[in-house]
Amino acid sequence: MIRVRGLNKWFGDHHVLRDIDLDVDRGEVVVVIGPSGSGKSTLCRCLNRLEAAQQGEIVIDGTPAPLEGRALARLRADVGMVFQSFNLFQHKSVLDNVTLAPMKVRGVGRAEAERTARELLERVGIADQAGKLPAQLSGGQQQRAAIARALAMRPKVMLFDEPTSALDPEMVGEVLDVMTGLAADGMTMLVVTHEMGFARRAADRVVFMADGRVVEQGPPAAFFDGPQTDRARDFLAKVLTH
Amino acid sequence: MSALLDHLPELWQGLLVTLQLTVASFAGAAVAGTVITALRVSPVAVLRLLGTAYVETFQNLPLLVLLVLAFFGLPEIGIKAEPLTTAIVVIALYEAAYVAEALRSGVNAVARGQGEAARALGLTFGQSLRHVILPQALRTVVQPLGNIFIATTMNTALAGAVSVVELTTAANRVNLVEAQPIPIFVGAGLAYALIAACAGFVTGRLERRLVMVR
Repeated sequence: MIRVRGLNKWFGDHHVLRDIDLDVDRGEVVVVIGPSGSGKSTLCRCLNRLEAAQQGEIVIDGTPAPLEGRALARLRADVGMVFQSFNLFQHKSVLDNVTLAPMKVRGVGRAEAERTARELLERVGIADQAGKLPAQLSGGQQQRAAIARALAMRPKVMLFDEPTSALDPEMVGEVLDVMTGLAADGMTMLVVTHEMGFARRAADRVVFMADGRVVEQGPPAAFFDGPQTDRARDFLAKVLTH
Repeated sequence: MSALLDHLPELWQGLLVTLQLTVASFAGAAVAGTVITALRVSPVAVLRLLGTAYVETFQNLPLLVLLVLAFFGLPEIGIKAEPLTTAIVVIALYEAAYVAEALRSGVNAVARGQGEAARALGLTFGQSLRHVILPQALRTVVQPLGNIFIATTMNTALAGAVSVVELTTAANRVNLVEAQPIPIFVGAGLAYALIAACAGFVTGRLERRLVMVR
């Protein structure tokens, strides 16, 4: 579903992604972990070209990702994205947040868009919040609304860029539950996260990144119980011992 | 005082022209200003340059110069229009530069993530701007836009220089007959102040209604 080859990105002199090769198969859940500054968020944002990579190719569902213009917009419509800071449209109700893109991008009628939106809001457990503005919701509810908004486009793949990092601890669970449900339903997902429990439980494969490189990858059980590289062992020792 | 009351019909006519100039040119400025803002935040460098050049040109030239140039220059190149129409168009184009600057500061105040989320959903640049960025930008610049409206009201007095008989010119003409500048211009001034006060009132109401909880 996603194929990345030889991806390189620099922020000025800073080489943030170094020769990244990555594949995500249809229906696969890939969780990307690694220390802060390892480039995992940047990688996620490069996949739908919110960040421009200087080198390398990105192929989504057999189509090379276009660099700009309407072709790029069409690609993005098929790739759902959930952000760390939710980024719900602040001036629109939760329902309007979910219906906007289906109506404007897909040309769906309002009645149908609202019906789909209410189903999705039901699915993420916030159907009763449909009429509220984002600022009236808790962080966990906002992030679930953002997931519903992305799902409304019926994406082929969902990208999650640290979806729980901005949440109060007691709200992390409700968002991870929605994501686990999605994974169980067979959604193709790439998740950048610090939630090791989620990685272990929901991932088909864990990708460990450090210093802009993919250092190690494998099934979660194998990775967490017997990491092959010193860098991964060192990282896991730090995040799992407290 | 009688100087003022005896000439109420002429002054009233002048006030109507002032209102016409203000409303029409501000409406034009709002439309043109929005287009220029879109140019200035466009991902295409040439369009950004075009927007910047527009704003720099119109902000760096006095309105009076522009009015006189258009009044005498346009007929030279074969464009003939009523002085009132010419004045409305010139004031609209001039104020558009200020509207564009206010809107642009509003666009800059909208969180980066809003545009990213819109684009990530597949909205084009134009759609993101129209449905996500500009509606939020507008909410933060209601007050500055109100100020531009008031400035536009005052600036319409310059249309007198190109033979449009608006309020100030009407007052001036009455004064030439009556030679009582104090009551006549105090009266005209009060009329301007009333327009500005109305604008301030509406702006305040709008701002409270459109305030966006973040």
